[in-house]
Amino acid sequence: MTDERPLLEVRDLVKHFHVGGGLFGGPAGVVRAVDGVSFSLRRGETVGLVGESGCGKTTTGRCILQLERPTSGEIVFEGRDLTKLDDVELRPFRRRIQVIFQDPYSSLNPRMTVGQILAEPLAVHGIVPERAKRETRVRELLAHVGLLPQHAHRYPHQLSGGQRQRVGIARALAMEPSLIVCDEPVSALDVSIQAQIINLLEDLQREFGLTYLFIAHDLSVVRHISDHVAVMYLGKIVELADRKSLYDDPLHPYTKALLAAVPIPDPELEARREHIVLRGEVPSPLRPPSGCVFHPRCPIAIERCAREVPELREIRPGHGAACILA
Amino acid sequence: MATLLEVRNLTTEFVTSGGVVRAVDGVSWDVREGETVALVGESGCGKSVSALSVMRLVAAPAGRIVGGQVLFKGRDLLALSEEEMRRIRGREIAMIFQEPMTSLNPVLTIGRQLTEGLEIHLGMTPPEARARAALLLGMVGIPDPARRLGQYPHQFSGGMRQRMMIAMALACEPSLVLADEPTTALDVTIQAQILELMKDLSRRLGVAMLIITHNLGVVARYADRVNVMYAGRIVERGSARELYAEPRHPYTLGLLKSVPRLDEPRRARLDPIEGQPPDLTQLGAGCAFEPRCGFRVERCTADRPELRPAGGEGHVAACWELGRVARTPAARVQ
Repeated sequence: MTDERPLLEVRDLVKHFHVGGGLFGGPAGVVRAVDGVSFSLRRGETVGLVGESGCGKTTTGRCILQLERPTSGEIVFEGRDLTKLDDVELRPFRRRIQVIFQDPYSSLNPRMTVGQILAEPLAVHGIVPERAKRETRVRELLAHVGLLPQHAHRYPHQLSGGQRQRVGIARALAMEPSLIVCDEPVSALDVSIQAQIINLLEDLQREFGLTYLFIAHDLSVVRHISDHVAVMYLGKIVELADRKSLYDDPLHPYTKALLAAVPIPDPELEARREHIVLRGEVPSPLRPPSGCVFHPRCPIAIERCAREVPELREIRPGHGAACILA
Repeated sequence: MATLLEVRNLTTEFVTSGGVVRAVDGVSWDVREGETVALVGESGCGKSVSALSVMRLVAAPAGRIVGGQVLFKGRDLLALSEEEMRRIRGREIAMIFQEPMTSLNPVLTIGRQLTEGLEIHLGMTPPEARARAALLLGMVGIPDPARRLGQYPHQFSGGMRQRMMIAMALACEPSLVLADEPTTALDVTIQAQILELMKDLSRRLGVAMLIITHNLGVVARYADRVNVMYAGRIVERGSARELYAEPRHPYTLGLLKSVPRLDEPRRARLDPIEGQPPDLTQLGAGCAFEPRCGFRVERCTADRPELRPAGGEGHVAACWELGRVARTPAARVQ
């Protein structure tokens, strides 16, 4: 399913937000939400983007969706750099890149039925101009995501969380996208429902040849669904590898700590397991630490780490880490 | 170990537009001195309402405890006057909530929120209370406690606020702490810090804990015993080790099989529990899990199973088909 040219290439993406400085804003400053991020997605694959709150994973997704205009860098999608296009030129590309949000409740219009929610983009974008055919298409979309034709007449509040997320997925599918940015698509759902939605996303990927950028903080879920994984910390990618080598043999001390922090549902194993507990908290992206941004919390940091900014470099074939000690 | 808290046939109802919902339906469980017990389940299963019922904090008039007993050190908390109950809350039984920002008062300093309980419950003078408050902040790992006492909750990070909640809960040296999703709003590395802190403090101070969570990993790491809830009832209970290794209720088995695990080879496909959790206003006479259950038989629709012995000591499950679940190869999770 993969071909030579990547579907999406993100090069040196930077997104800075200016804060404060206004009447009540306090001192002015620059939040370096995304600070030089590069990765690519091949057709039909899933890249997982993991990290803790404030690491820049959602902002990266929003830049790809062109919901934020990047400060600098390139976003090359289907051969065109989206950052160079104006609003009119962007329109056809917006259809091809869709998004699934964490909370389907706040991203679905409460005053529209499920049928109207799914039919509206089909009409607006002229995908299915005839009204009669739209109804057929809505039924097809519902079937693709495991809902019944009668769900078209329900309002979002009449559905369960899992069903609402299925509607969110159907709405993304309606646009016939090639890339879907999934931003924490299962983290608001109950455990027993999460697995249903993950299986659905995988089925749809196979059926329609979709490419996913899967943004999440749950490392077990990301391992299950991703082909490649990028770990972010404070606006930077600290490790990037294929799934197997990242999980079997992590190189960056932050990735190691993250993996160790995930409790495993097995009391016998947990009793034996060594727990690396990172000290301190994620620093403010307003004042990132000097050198390696992870060094104040790093269990193996040396004096050089406070001075030198580590580049993401290939340590093994296809496995990069931004650590001078890796 | 002696029993500290014993909940017997607790039933709590809510009046909703859809009808009366029995959020907790005749539930019995206990916590012994110094141990950590988990209440696990998904949203709406009644785990939080169980804890609120123990504290008698169920919001009236919509919510009402309609039956049962909550025996704490032998006294039925449901029979106490509101005045007597106030002396229990915070002093004998403390609570930690999921969202520290919504349970801390935004316009009072950290110091004031910590000293209030010390002055009321322990009769400390303001200087004594302040000194103890600084000690407590230091104990939960907040640096520079004396200066921090003068700050407000919004000046604390999420992890620090949760440390502050733990300090507040432990301030009067209660014998029991009810922790409702204490780390769910936190990042993975901060979650690990907070859980280690809670575990360490509960051991050192001999405090018993009830952890309420949906996270099966958190339970495995911290709980001695586990109660699994579904649709307002306990469907399985046992020691953490036995319940994870040999689950006997199809719901427990389904939960354990549906989560991807970092310690196991990646599976080609996840094994979800099909269907949706039931609407509590529409429960029938049978087992609430029956519509989603792979082990169901005819009797499950009409006849609700009670908890019965399912293995080692204290291991019980509410299922007619325990024997068949036990013989399924998948029921050995490891």
